[in-house]
Amino acid sequence: MKILAAIKQVPARDSQLRVNDSGTWIEEPDTSEINEPDAYALEEALQLREKAGGEVVALCAGPESASQTIREALAKGADRAIHIEDDDLGRFDSLGIARILAAAAATEQPDLILTGLQSDDLGFGQTGVILAELLGMAHATIIMKVEPRGTGIRVKRELEDGWFQNTDLPLPAVLTIQSGINKLRYATLMGIKKAKLKEVRKLTASGLGVAVEPSVRLERVFMPQRTKQTRMIEGSVRDQAAALVEALRHEVRVL
Amino acid sequence: MAQFRGVDYLLIDSMLSEEELLVRQSVRQFADAEVMPLIRDCYREGRFPTHLIPKLGELGYFGANLDAYGCAGMSSVEYGLLMQELERADSGLRSFCSVQGALVMYPILTYGSKEQKDQWMPRLRTGSAVGCFGLTEPGFGSNPAGMQTTARQDNGGWILNGEKTWITNGSAADIAVVWARTPDGIRGFLVEKGTPGFTSSDLHGKMSMRASVTSSLALADCRVPASAMLPGAKGLKGPLSCLTQARYGIGWGVIGAAMDCYETARQYSILRTQFDGKPIAAHQLVQEKLAWMITEITKAQLLALHCGRLKDQGKLDPAHVSMLKRNNVGMALECARLSRDLLGANGIMDEAPIMRHMCNLETVKTYEGTDHIHALVIGERVTGIAAYK
Repeated sequence: MKILAAIKQVPARDSQLRVNDSGTWIEEPDTSEINEPDAYALEEALQLREKAGGEVVALCAGPESASQTIREALAKGADRAIHIEDDDLGRFDSLGIARILAAAAATEQPDLILTGLQSDDLGFGQTGVILAELLGMAHATIIMKVEPRGTGIRVKRELEDGWFQNTDLPLPAVLTIQSGINKLRYATLMGIKKAKLKEVRKLTASGLGVAVEPSVRLERVFMPQRTKQTRMIEGSVRDQAAALVEALRHEVRVL
Repeated sequence: MAQFRGVDYLLIDSMLSEEELLVRQSVRQFADAEVMPLIRDCYREGRFPTHLIPKLGELGYFGANLDAYGCAGMSSVEYGLLMQELERADSGLRSFCSVQGALVMYPILTYGSKEQKDQWMPRLRTGSAVGCFGLTEPGFGSNPAGMQTTARQDNGGWILNGEKTWITNGSAADIAVVWARTPDGIRGFLVEKGTPGFTSSDLHGKMSMRASVTSSLALADCRVPASAMLPGAKGLKGPLSCLTQARYGIGWGVIGAAMDCYETARQYSILRTQFDGKPIAAHQLVQEKLAWMITEITKAQLLALHCGRLKDQGKLDPAHVSMLKRNNVGMALECARLSRDLLGANGIMDEAPIMRHMCNLETVKTYEGTDHIHALVIGERVTGIAAYK
């Protein structure tokens, strides 16, 4: 089975974020890491390869510095990688990013594409689903478990309220993976050494023929604004209590 | 405590390669997830976390800087970062890997016969065999040239007699590299666990390195075959070359212990309030201690990094390593003491890692060449006069 693991590099969880000068995105953070659900998607891909054989190719769109995340994927055991290098992916919307990934994936003819269910930075949760549509593949979201089954796969999806759905899919397919479904491996020192020798194919959005034509634009990025208002409630104690309960119930909605 | 994100005041990370950063990140994740949650209990109970040994092997942490028999072939800086992250967890864990790699695998690979290498290197790399290094004796620590353990030829083999002590992993070891005096000078022997006449007993009552096994080895008419001798090592420079490897790792490792103490104290000083709800970090005396620590840690990082680059160029000699080991251990011990001070009474509890590191570092100051002896090595280098003879 040929599996593509689509991974993204995001700011590390407790890094200091600074909004850029134009207020359209954040400055490149000091520390970055692999998007958490993507780490589980990669791990699932590696475990499937261990069970069913085949190849795992890491697919990543990101700036030059994303090579760190790609190298980590190779060190953990991906056979090779594709890096769609672009310093300003913010020009694209989810559809644009999915078009770039789809164009790159089409060159590989994978049986299965695994990716995280959403990204830790933007959190749209759309890329995987749009990717499947563009490629005309079956897809399922919020996957807890994947098992090869005949010529297809059986997956377990997380629904709401503690419910799960088990369903069969034909291949090729795209799955968006939930965090925590497996135990992440550590890159071994031997793996890190070997990663230096593995192929990383570099592509660009324009080389893949994907134009910048966003239909969704990020208007402004800003830090949550703190506001503090004090309102004095007048009247008798009885009236004050009633007004307070009214405000807590209908305005602040904590009761 | 928040997740450890490293200590990098002077953008030293910008001097590290992508591989070096990945090695550090991977070991850091392992130490945080697999070692940190249990190390306090191990220390309290005086036991090494034995169940980690196969995992350490699988991850390539044994003999990581060697490039044979499936070892990881790390550069000197990558190896140093491995030691740093292990010792951030505990000096005992770093010692375990130091001994296995630098004091057992290194001499077997460097001085051993093909049969010795084939037999032991794969097992030592995966951790299915544990090794120890027997040089120090009850009466001979800083002066190993005086050793009294002897080996005499008898019937095509060797008979070993003597006692070794302060041996990390001694009773846990499947194989001991034992150094003994022969008519031909000091030679190394591979003595297998269970060889008649070879026994070990653990040292109890340690107030330091409690998450590490320390033993004495006794050799009483212990007969080993001729093939047990390391053919390539003759004279004291055999064992001393191993110690240079291990000391290099210590120079890096203790930075990890210092970082853990410093970071604990830094975070505590910001959260802890006193006098009108002000964080203690707002006081000048507290800031001075933090400033001293971060400055000394940064200098130690630069020293270690430079030594690592020199080592990869084949230019690092033992007198350089003496400066690295002595300076960085002294720095780490002082950081532990200052950090304890900043935590006040809370600093003496084992909820914080500081007393554990401090006690461990008292051992690290002494073992693998005491602070004094390394000063004399540096002194000899700059004066040409050996003060220890």
